[in-house]
Amino acid sequence: MKIIVCVKQVPDTSGKVAVKADGTMDRASMATIINPDDLNAVEAALAMKDENPDSRVIVVTMGPTQANAMLHELLAMGADESVLVSAREFGGSDTFATSQILAAAIKRIGLTEDTVVLCGRQAIDGDTAQVGPQIAEKLDMPQVSYVSEIKKEGNTLTVKRMLEDGYQRVEVHTPCLLTCIKELNTPRYMAVKGILEYDKKPRLVYDYDALKDDELIEVDTIGLKGSPTNVFRSFTAPAKGAGQMLSGTPREMVAQLFGTLEEKHLI
Amino acid sequence: MMSAFHNTKIEDFHGVWVFCEQRDGQLMETDFELLSEGRKLAEDLGCELWGVLLGNQVGQLAGQLGGYGAHRVLVCQSPLLAEYTTDAYTKVICDLVTEYKPEIFLIGATNIGRDLGPRCAARLHTGLTADCTSLFVDTEKYLKFLAENSNVDVNPDKYDMEARNLKMTRPAFGGHLMATIVCPRFRPQMSTVRPGVMKKAEFSQELADRVHVEQVSVRLAEEDIRTRVLEVVKETKAMVDLTGAEVIVAVGHGISRDPERGVALAAELAEKLGGVVGASRAVVDAGWLGAGHQVGQTGKTVRPRIYVALGISGAIQHKAGMQDSQCIIAVNSTAEAPIFECADYGICGDLFEVLPLMIEAAGGRA
Repeated sequence: MKIIVCVKQVPDTSGKVAVKADGTMDRASMATIINPDDLNAVEAALAMKDENPDSRVIVVTMGPTQANAMLHELLAMGADESVLVSAREFGGSDTFATSQILAAAIKRIGLTEDTVVLCGRQAIDGDTAQVGPQIAEKLDMPQVSYVSEIKKEGNTLTVKRMLEDGYQRVEVHTPCLLTCIKELNTPRYMAVKGILEYDKKPRLVYDYDALKDDELIEVDTIGLKGSPTNVFRSFTAPAKGAGQMLSGTPREMVAQLFGTLEEKHLI
Repeated sequence: MMSAFHNTKIEDFHGVWVFCEQRDGQLMETDFELLSEGRKLAEDLGCELWGVLLGNQVGQLAGQLGGYGAHRVLVCQSPLLAEYTTDAYTKVICDLVTEYKPEIFLIGATNIGRDLGPRCAARLHTGLTADCTSLFVDTEKYLKFLAENSNVDVNPDKYDMEARNLKMTRPAFGGHLMATIVCPRFRPQMSTVRPGVMKKAEFSQELADRVHVEQVSVRLAEEDIRTRVLEVVKETKAMVDLTGAEVIVAVGHGISRDPERGVALAAELAEKLGGVVGASRAVVDAGWLGAGHQVGQTGKTVRPRIYVALGISGAIQHKAGMQDSQCIIAVNSTAEAPIFECADYGICGDLFEVLPLMIEAAGGRA
């Protein structure tokens, strides 16, 4: 069985985020991490491999060569093979364009009847949750998103799909694509053996030439120019006017607070 | 796969559509929010607003959709649409879009909308903007919005004031940046819209009485659906009506010294103020409260009348979900906590000391 996991290297938005004067993100000054939901997808793949040791886990990402650092970590965690999709022509792609490129890359890796494609629910830089379903559409395979539990028997997967007010239990057959949420599992750490041996594993690079003959890769559907959506303006949300720090003993502060709330008819 | 239809002839596309999600025959709040917003866009464009309703035996819901602004409701009914499946819903919707060619198509950014939207956009060969928080076609209105919410140059000479492209604004990078996205070359212009952000209009019986309901025949076979829904489980206990709450008392990592007491005290204050209990991601991750309580980027976006943040440091992801609250009260033992930057009233102190005093002060209110 082949398990293909789509991953993304993202700026760590939980820490200090640097914004340039023109309103764009200063990515160079920020630390990068493996997108958190993608780690859950990788863990799910490795857990499937634990149960079926014949399986092969292939991690694939699109990004600049800096993403190699992330791929090395994932190989050290236990992935068998990595694919870096990297080309100037692919830069600036929106979700539609990205999904076409990743779908073409997955086709090149090779889809079989028992292939499972796993993605994280969404990346923390864009928060769109769109690339997974769009890859599934481009590969014409069924998808289940927001997956918090996976049971696999042969080519049949029974998964728990979370909704805001409960969940669905869904049956789906391979080949299929699942998007994973953090409730699915706890990602493992890199193993010492893995760290020592990651560079012995296949690490492929797909450039523009490697994918350009796929029908999904056309100048007017990929990259900054081909993407259907464009950024019209970007800006930082203005800070709210300064609030008021109350002072005094806790009792005095609480009294002052409730006095003001009442005055303003908020309570 | 459906072959791509010719969607670059922009002048062929007219009208604003809203996907009206229902679960178990109940319409979602987002339907009303999106119809209310969609109606404004339709008026600016001088076109009609249509609702699209899929399900099994759901025709009786159409009138209600009219009451929030839909001129027409396309009703697609089939036993195969009883439960949401990506394949069935995508096929029916893409068939409709291909036939009727709407200019704008809005979908609520629920777990279902965010599954359906990208799949449809990919099949229709058009762009989709995720989780939008404001939408404009009228450039003048958009510039007014920019002037109020940014430092962007809004000199009208620098904009095409006649452009009718949908300007879809959304937070990115965990709420650090706002980006306005356009989809100029393809139609429909698609957007998923964050629940709880757009204001719901007053229900109008007059509009509801005038709505035109159209039953659409559904071309769908069992083999079109490659997933099987084995069961649907409602988890009522996890359902906290955060988005509808007037008052939210939220707890953060600051309760870690005694989580049980922290949650109990917060619940008592919430009850006194007529509100509900919310939580930061840290609290949900630690298992002190269920995920249904979570406010923030990965949780819910709320804008209650009063938001009380107790022991919440104020990570940007949390702020993204609550900073539009009318009045924010923060209690934190660290004076430098970022939550104070967005708070209207800040109390620097131990929440286990302050909270009982607040409960006492709230007394017999609500």
